[in-house]
Formats: sequence, C-alpha cells, structure tokens
Amino acid sequence: MSSSIETLVNREYQYGFVTDVDTDTIPPGLSEAVIRLISAKKQEPAWLLDWRLKAYRRWLTMKEPHWANVTYPPIDYQEQSYYSAPKSVTPLQSLDEVDPELLRTYEKLGIPLNEQKFLSGVAVDAIFDSVSVGTTMKAELAELGIIFCSLGEAVKEHPELVEKYLGSVVPHSDNFFAALNAAVFSDGSFVYVPKGVRCPMELSTYFRINAEGTGQFERTLIVADEGAYVSYLEGCTAPKRSTNQLHAAVVELVALKDATIKYSTVQNWYAGDKEGQGGIYNFVTKRGKCAGANSKISWTQVETGSAITWKYPSVILQGDNSTGEFYSVAVVNNRQQADTGTKMIHIGRNTKSNIVSKGISAGRGQNSYRGQVKVMPKAEGARNYTQCDSMLVGNECGAHTFPYIEVGNNSAQVEHEASTSKIGEDQIFYLKQRGLSAEQAVSMIVSGFCKEVFKELPMEFALEAQQLLGITLEGSVG
Amino acid sequence: MIETYLKGFEAFSRNGGAAAPSWARSLRLSGITRFEELGFPSTRNEDWHFTSVAPIAERDFAPLTSATSGVSAAQLAPFTFGGEGWHTLVFVNGRYDAGLSSAAGLPDGVSVLPLARAYDELPLLLEQHVGRIASIDAHTFTALNTAFINDGAVVHVGKDIEVARPIHLLFVSDAKAVDGIAQPRNLIVLDRFAKATVIESYATVARGAGAYFTNTVTEATIGEGATLTHLKLQRESAQAYHVGTLDVQQGRDSHLVSFSFAIGAALSRTNVYTELRGEGCGATLNGLYLGDDRQHIDHQTRIEHIAPNCYSRELYKGILDGASHGVFNGKVYVHPAAQKTDGKQTNNTLLLSERAQIDTKPQLEIFADDVKCTHGATVGRLDETSLFYMKSRGINARTARELLTYAFAADVLETIELAEVREGLEAAVLKRYTES
Repeated sequence: MSSSIETLVNREYQYGFVTDVDTDTIPPGLSEAVIRLISAKKQEPAWLLDWRLKAYRRWLTMKEPHWANVTYPPIDYQEQSYYSAPKSVTPLQSLDEVDPELLRTYEKLGIPLNEQKFLSGVAVDAIFDSVSVGTTMKAELAELGIIFCSLGEAVKEHPELVEKYLGSVVPHSDNFFAALNAAVFSDGSFVYVPKGVRCPMELSTYFRINAEGTGQFERTLIVADEGAYVSYLEGCTAPKRSTNQLHAAVVELVALKDATIKYSTVQNWYAGDKEGQGGIYNFVTKRGKCAGANSKISWTQVETGSAITWKYPSVILQGDNSTGEFYSVAVVNNRQQADTGTKMIHIGRNTKSNIVSKGISAGRGQNSYRGQVKVMPKAEGARNYTQCDSMLVGNECGAHTFPYIEVGNNSAQVEHEASTSKIGEDQIFYLKQRGLSAEQAVSMIVSGFCKEVFKELPMEFALEAQQLLGITLEGSVG
Repeated sequence: MIETYLKGFEAFSRNGGAAAPSWARSLRLSGITRFEELGFPSTRNEDWHFTSVAPIAERDFAPLTSATSGVSAAQLAPFTFGGEGWHTLVFVNGRYDAGLSSAAGLPDGVSVLPLARAYDELPLLLEQHVGRIASIDAHTFTALNTAFINDGAVVHVGKDIEVARPIHLLFVSDAKAVDGIAQPRNLIVLDRFAKATVIESYATVARGAGAYFTNTVTEATIGEGATLTHLKLQRESAQAYHVGTLDVQQGRDSHLVSFSFAIGAALSRTNVYTELRGEGCGATLNGLYLGDDRQHIDHQTRIEHIAPNCYSRELYKGILDGASHGVFNGKVYVHPAAQKTDGKQTNNTLLLSERAQIDTKPQLEIFADDVKCTHGATVGRLDETSLFYMKSRGINARTARELLTYAFAADVLETIELAEVREGLEAAVLKRYTES
C-alpha cells in the first residue's frame, strides 16, 4: 500500500467535529411520560399524542429484529435521550434569528443556509438533533403552493394534510424501529406539492446529529398530489464519538395519480473508527406508495457512512402502470456493516420496477443486498428487472446477496441477475501503463462500476457522492 | 405431532432397533434429542419461509415396520427405465426387499447392500461415515431420520474402480404405506479415483391410496479424484409427503454431478448440500421440477466452497401449472480461503397458469475476494415473440406452446448423461405437455 493512500485512509472523518451550543436535552430513558413531554414541548395536538402513545404501547410488545446479516451489542433503549434541541431555536421567525453558531456549523458542513443557496437553486431544511433549525426558499416555494417545512411546523399549520398522510405508508405498528420512531419522532421534513405543480428546484434536508447520548428519530413525509413532480435529497453527518448512536428514521412518500417523486440520499453518518469503535446505527424504514395510476417513485441512495446500515427503501406499486425504481451504491470499509436493498410490491396492473444495486466491500466490511420482488396474484403484466453487482476489495471483507422473488401471476416477467468479482489485476495494469497511478486506476474502475447509479443523482450531488466514495475507499487497495 | 415420534422412538428402541451396534444406538438417541429440541420448523424459520410443513406436522404418521411386501416386479417396471443389468436394490415401504433386488455382477471391491447387512460386512465404514456427513444441528428432518436409522442402502466403491452400470436404489410405497412414515438412510462412499452413477428413485405403486410420508437422508463422501453422478427421481403419488436430503462431502479434485427430478407428492422438499473441501473440486447441481394442481415443490441447495480453485454450476428449472407452488432456494457460500472460486447459478421458472406461484431465493454469500460468482433468476410465461415466430412459420398456437414448454424442460434434461434416464424423462415430459 503506498504511503499516499495510507494517509488518505487515516484521514479524519471531516464532519466529525462537535458544535458547542446550549441544548435542551431531556434525561435519558423512555416511558409514556417522556413521550408526553416530547409532545408537550412540540405543542402537538391531542390526536398526534394519542398516535404516539398507541405506537409506544405497540412497541413495548415488539421484539427487536435480528434477522439482518449484521452483528452489534444489545441496545439499551433506556440509556439514551429521546429529545435534544439547541436552546436558541425557539421560537423561529426567520433565518436571521438562528444562532450564528448553528449557521457556522452548517457552513462548515458546506450547507450554507443563507441567501447564496439561492444561486444553486436548492431549498434546504436543516435538522439539528431533534429539531429543524431553518428552512430556506420557503417564500419562493409558497408562491407555487408547495409546502416545504419541518414536520413540527406542518403539524401546526397544515394539520389536515399531516393527519391524512402520516402513517399511511409506514403504519405505527410496521416494525420495531418504525414503532419506536412513531412514538418518539422529533422532527423531519414535510413536503406537499399540489396538483399539477412541478417543483422548480431540488428540495433538500440536511440531518445533523450533534448532542451526545441521544438518538435521532426524524420522520419525513412527502406527498405529491396528482400530476406533481418533486426531487428531494437528504444528506447526513454526525460528530465522531466513541459510543454508538441510534438513528431510527422513517420516510414516507405518497405519489398520487401521475405524480413523480425522486428521493436521493447521500448518507455519510460517522462510521466508527478503524476498529469499529463508535459510529451510527442507521436503522431506517423508508417506503413509498405509488397510490395512483401512472405514478412513479424513484429511490437513489449512496451509502458510505454508518457503523451499521439497515434499510430497505421500498415501493408499493398500487396504482396501475406505476413505476418503482431503486438505485443504490453501498460502500463498507473497516468494520462497517450494511444490510440494504429494496422491496418492490407489485399490486396494480402493468406495474414496473427496476433495481440496480452496487455493493463495494473493503477492509473488514460486510455488505449484504437483501431485496424482495413480490408480484401479487392480481398484478397482471408486472415487470421487474434486478441487477445487483458486488465488488470485493481485499480479502477480509464479505459480499452477500439475498434476493427474494415471489411471483403469484404468470403474466409477470421477473429477472434477477447478480455478480460478484474483484477489480482485475489486468484492469489496473492496463490503466497504469496508460499513465495512471494505482489509486487513480482503482478510483476510475470503481466510478465506472457505480456509474449507473450516480447518473440518477442530481448533478451537484453526483459529484459529492463520487468524492465521498473515493474517501471511503481510498487506501483499501494497494 | 412430535409426541407421536417420541413415543414411536421408545417402542423402536425396545424392539426393532435393538439389534444395531452401540454407536448407531447412541447416534439415534442424539437424533431424537435434537428432533425434540428443534420441533417442526415454522415459516418463521428462514429455511422454511415459503414452505409450511403443517400438513406433515399435524398428522400422525406411524413408523412402517412390516417387512412383508406384496409388490411384484411388474409393478416396478414404470420406474426402472428398462435398464439392463443395473444393480438394483428395492425397498418397499422403507424396508429392503431381497426378492425384488438384484445387485449381481458387481466388480470386486464394490459393495451395494442393505444397511442391516452392512452392519456386519462393513462395520468400520459405517461407523466412520454414518451421521458424520449429514448435520442434525439445524435440520429437523435429518434429526428425525437419524433417530430411526434402521434400513437403507449402502454403496461403497473401492479405489480406482469404475462401476460401469448404474446403481439403482428404488424406494417404492404401496397401499400399506398409508398413514405411515418410511425413513431410509443411505450411505455412498467413493474411494480415491472411483467412479459411479447412483440413482435414487422414490415412487408409489398404488396411486391414490392415501397419504404417507417419506423422510429420507443420503450421505455421500467422494474421495480424491473420484466422480459421483447422483440422480434423484421423486415420483411419489399426489397424496404423498416427501422430504429428501442429500449431504455430500467432496475431497480434492473430486466431482459431484447431481440431478434432482421432482414431479410427485402433495408436498415435497428436496435438499441438496455439498461441501467442496479439497482443491480443484467441481460440483454440478441441476434439477427440474414440474408442478400441477395444488402441489408444493420445494428445492433447497447449498454449495459450500471451502477450498480454493473449485467451480460450481447450478441450473434448476421449473414448470408450474394449476395452482401449484414452487420454491427454489439456492445458496452459494464462499469461505475466506476459497480463492479463485468460480460459481454460476441459474433458476428459471415457467408459470403456465394464472394461479401457479413461485418463490425463488438465489443467494450468494462471499467472504473471499478473488472469486467470480454470478447468479440469475427469471420467472415468466412463454415468450410471446417466440410463440409469434412459430405461428408465423405455420405452426398452430397449441403445438407452438407445447413445443416451447417441452424445450424449456429438455434444456436441463439433456444434461443427464445416462441415456436411459434422459430419454425416459424426456418422453415423460413430452407426454405430459402434449395433448396428442
């Protein structure tokens, strides 16, 4: 291994700093009282508190699932705090009032919340620990009738929309972590795009965990009404800490007739150090429902961070002629573990789904693709194509593929292809004799391997993703 | 019910099984203990996710003990492929039938005999291998079979010997098998550079008689440079339940060529497991399953690449009609040391009717980096463009459909080297899918 790669490998996780702000953090522990306290702090209506309590009681009866191909020590749910907010954010009138310390944090992360973001045409909702600290471009969006705000704000200002759609895709009883999230969820983004409106800019949420000993339980809800279009991106970082932090988020997407939602994630939570100390447990439930005919939901994810990633962005293809897509690049290095994939549930007629998954394992990382394609008996004319490729870098890592294909209708056409291989010595040799260094060669081969997924990302983020990938992987080849 | 088997075990240890050597008795005891601990798998068990064994678990199948059989040689004819000079052992309702068997003309150094005789003639070989290849840790049905080890076939081929003619182990059930369970336990040992073809057939001579359960386990070990061709043909009646496991361990440069043909039983599960333990091994696992009515046909395969420089090839095809339900679960596991592994796995299923259903789960688990592994799965009905093409060439729609269906199956049947079996199965498949 060359020394330049070595330095890169040992390079600090550049988002690992801690912001020193006064926080309002409730003591660790989880009980009905804690849930009432969270609800009271957020001044929520009674129906939402009831829903939280219902989820909590359900959660108490559930067992933490262990079927995923990951290992981690038991989580003590009483040991963490379920709410943490920078003191300075309440009440929030405009961005000018945001604590300058917080603004500096986001500048450091490369997410300036100020006006310059206007130039790049992206509206950002910034979530710091449990609350939203600011949303940009709201006025511009409001002109078109688009609602883009924190979920907490939406509960106050658009309760009818939230009540109608919250939990409609991921019910409070869906799974262990989704139930926990429903009980204690703090903030998240809410998007509503009205009938026939094409959202003119990328919407983006930036999630930041800062406080220690807290989990982050955000909940995002995106509704695209008939004929609407929206493209949404989330990014995430967290400080370096030697303890593990739990991130159990829920994302719900609803696409009505002729609507399209494109959801992209660049996940870069702190992954722990080389020996697997610390890092985020990223246990996330993401699901979209193509509720109306001709609707489309597309998930794109680049997963480079987290000690453990456990998520399956799914699409329920309920409307006739609806389309679900899943494009994923998951990279694991050092001691990272990822068990990720998708579910495509074909219910309507002539529904289509397309899955492209690229897994890269390096160091002692373990990477699993777990996907389900289910064609219900009434789903006439369903079509699925799945391609999942794995690349192994180094001989201590693992790549695993667990596809579940369940077909109950004979007009369905389902294809699954998977391959696993390493970067060929001959490929590297070829590129080296064309004047590239070994690292450049590997980076070029890897970006070629991931190209199909990166081309689905909005341009600015494709670039960022490519760099991230480089940082995560560099040093693992030599 | 588990209790039925526990009680049955007590009775069995007192009389029928008492004659066995002590290692066999303690092996049985570990089998019943493990079976009691595991119980019948629920669909929450990942290995049985798509197959509910409730129809087996809820019934009481009594151990079949009667040694007398009323089956005639003529009744066996449909299952023997007319093979001349084959070495055949026949078991009726799980018990060896000397009258119907003929293992004459075997070369020196080759034994093909029932388990009871092998206890006397090959005691060391048995003690060395029985229960050492098939794991009972996670396999309820193997544990249950182990508890009742009493009869079955033992095949031993000494070093450098090639057995020219196929060895046919034919397990038939007649009307007396109804409500009973037969649990044959077979052992195949190929010494260095040996070569043999073993056919395991499971069939019913009294069709429509009623429900019975066959729970069979075959252990095989293939020595250095040896080649075992193993054909498992499951043609039980539509009322039968069948669980069959083949567990293989392969030595250096050895080859396993396995084919599983499953057409019978209300519910069947076939497990084919092989461990590539020495360098330079090859494993070819092929299969064909044909379902109709309300049949449930499940296959699980596991290829464990333990040593480097091995290859595996797998092709399983299925044709499902009526409201039948097919399951395929194929796992290729590459251990950290198994560099230069070359694995390829394919599962194609053709759904002929609207109510037919398939659950397929091809899995790759890879812990070595210098490997080349692929898998693919497809599910669909007959290709519209192929049908259109044939119609445009003047072939009527029905004939076109029949031809394409047959061709789909023939594609994997033609990998069977043994001509009698290949042609016999091809003819049976052709007959099944053509109306004339």
